[in-house]
Amino acid sequence: MEETKLYTISAFSENNVGVLNQVTIIFTRRCINIESISASATAIPGVYKITVVAKSTLSAMEKVVKQIEKRIEIIKAFLHTDDEIIYQEVALYKVPTDKMLHESHLEGIIRHHNARILEITPDYTILEKTGHVDETEALFAELRRYGILQFVRSGRAAVTKHPVEFVTNYLEQQAKIHPEWKKFVDGL
Amino acid sequence: MSEKINGAEALVRSIIAEQTDTIFGYPGGAIMPVYDKLYDHTDELRHILVRHEQGATHAAQGYARVTGKAGVVVVTSGPAATNVITGLSDALMDSTPLVVITGQVASSLLGTDAFQETDVVGIVHPVTKWAVQVRRAQDIPLAVARAFYIARNGRPGPVVLDIAKDAQTGEMEWEEYRPCTYIRSYLPRPEVGTAEIAEAARLINHAERPMILSGHGVMIAEAEPELTALAEKAEIPVATTLLGISTIPTAHPLNMGMLGMHGNIGPNYNTNRADLIIAIGMRFDDRVTSSLEHYAPQAKIIHIDIDAAEFNKNVKAQLTIHGDAKDVLQALLPKINSARHQQWVETFADCYKVELEKVINPEVNPAEGMMKMGEVVDRVARAFGEKAVGVTDVGQNQMFGARYFRHSEPKSFLSSGGLGTMGFGLPGAIGAKIGAPERQVVLFVGDGGFQMTIQELGVIMEYGVAVKIVLLNNNFLGNVRQWQQLFFKGRFSATPMVNPDFVEICKAYGIKAENVADRSELAGAIDRMVSSEGAYLLNVNIDPEDMIFPMIPLGGAVDTMMVNADTLFSF
Repeated sequence: MEETKLYTISAFSENNVGVLNQVTIIFTRRCINIESISASATAIPGVYKITVVAKSTLSAMEKVVKQIEKRIEIIKAFLHTDDEIIYQEVALYKVPTDKMLHESHLEGIIRHHNARILEITPDYTILEKTGHVDETEALFAELRRYGILQFVRSGRAAVTKHPVEFVTNYLEQQAKIHPEWKKFVDGL
Repeated sequence: MSEKINGAEALVRSIIAEQTDTIFGYPGGAIMPVYDKLYDHTDELRHILVRHEQGATHAAQGYARVTGKAGVVVVTSGPAATNVITGLSDALMDSTPLVVITGQVASSLLGTDAFQETDVVGIVHPVTKWAVQVRRAQDIPLAVARAFYIARNGRPGPVVLDIAKDAQTGEMEWEEYRPCTYIRSYLPRPEVGTAEIAEAARLINHAERPMILSGHGVMIAEAEPELTALAEKAEIPVATTLLGISTIPTAHPLNMGMLGMHGNIGPNYNTNRADLIIAIGMRFDDRVTSSLEHYAPQAKIIHIDIDAAEFNKNVKAQLTIHGDAKDVLQALLPKINSARHQQWVETFADCYKVELEKVINPEVNPAEGMMKMGEVVDRVARAFGEKAVGVTDVGQNQMFGARYFRHSEPKSFLSSGGLGTMGFGLPGAIGAKIGAPERQVVLFVGDGGFQMTIQELGVIMEYGVAVKIVLLNNNFLGNVRQWQQLFFKGRFSATPMVNPDFVEICKAYGIKAENVADRSELAGAIDRMVSSEGAYLLNVNIDPEDMIFPMIPLGGAVDTMMVNADTLFSF
């Protein structure tokens, strides 16, 4: 049996309605559970980046990436292992203020985990921690004894370590060949 | 000079500007503005009113496959849109260019569960190459241009334009129509790599037992002359996939027949003896490969395809060449040395000898008993000659049609390959005849599949579509029956079928038809069908125990073939 592990897929697309759906159904069809997903603008105007983290085999993920790239509005799609990217996830923790203040560890916790306090009210305190899953989980484990009211972790924000910017280069090269081309109106 | 027109008029003008002369459709509430404008353009754009929207998609597929053009479908919203999904899925699997236009409720009603509203774009994404909703009249020409460009280029496929009713009625400035020639996120025709071509030539020039697998991609690229040239230059045997049938003439000495579960023995057996497989425009479907663990163990594989997602999907290739089959073969041909592989070619003949004795002769020339499907297809094929278009439905009729139909021209065989859609046959044949009115079009269909889209007989009646229909009637769902016979202890669960009088049904539609109850009536009936000016149906009484062989049992190795219910192939 081929080994399964976490992979990150980044897909660069036109910013059109329905692109995210086209990407996620490719995972659904193969019964691959998406661990996290994020979508945002990029440094290239009009280009949108979808980052999906999922656990599967290398061969399955290679096929998924090809199926994603096959969609018309996807400009390029890439498969990364964790060592090929720099990535972060943001976690927010909502804990009861009274319990937090009751114990005197608060400063230590914040220092130790390099967390931030975003808001304090008499009822609750909101902490933020940015990092990898093991780091945000470690803070979660520590805060659990105060009773966590809410916890949420974002999808990955990831950039590659590769020295070449493939998408930028591709689009610049295309713009030279087809200077007349402009994006379709209204997300079409 | 621009003029003010509404979106519906812009849609019709754009479709005409894309060289479309025929569309298949069915009107309804959310597409009525378009039908109103179609009424003004009947001399330029012929509308074929189908009897069910699924029929429109299959007819458009048949039309597309014989013409090489995109098939165009126009239907309304809601249930009409859901009715086209089978055809979309079929067209995606079989790389058929379709532009399907669905009406949609007014944009102000989107998402309100309005009457006949359905989330068309959301539903069709998995079964289309591209789908988009249009909510403004001024976007229609550009959307149509993109739709045709995407449907036709690269690996062809179905696209859907879901056009809100207010986009159809809204006004826009009409200017000269500009077809789409480029989309920055989609480069459909990759440049062929010279290094890959050199490596392919090296592998081919060194091969001792090479074999070409010719798929639908060869036909789409119209690379049949290059295929034959390559095969002849280096004496390479050619096997075709189901959809690759007619990429090389039946009678060509290097055409070794069809691959796959019910294919010919030579191509399947020798797949596991070849030292080089050159796969062109085919996707190693599981019906072709059978067990992947036992597939082509001795062969290096060169995979040529325009869709990079097909590479290493099912079968690992030593060399992949991303490109259009014609471009690749044209680049490759000058680098191929003339060669002879006589001994290797003869091994196919040895296989054929066994197949002829064990499978073909008992099927095609039975001494007694009821008529057999292979026998009927063989007689029909010989009577029509090799220039007709053969269409099949799905099931035993399809496999017998594929094995025993004969052709000398490209684009002469069509069938629902990937999806295996029962009910494809009748509307598919209608579309093929409309697309190629100068050719004879003959359909092989079973009694099950015929009844799945039987209402399209109305199209034959209304438009005088001269399709010749061979109904291989065994009063059984034959292919399932065969599996029940072989693998489910003969428990014929839900496969016997009580059928209507098909000749009487045809009579009601004004279509000539006759029963062929006995072998002695067959030749005369076929002659009458061939020479009939109009449509003709033969309801042929087939032996229900007839089974399609050879057969690679599910999960078996590609060279493990049953030649009948009790015997495996051996020399």
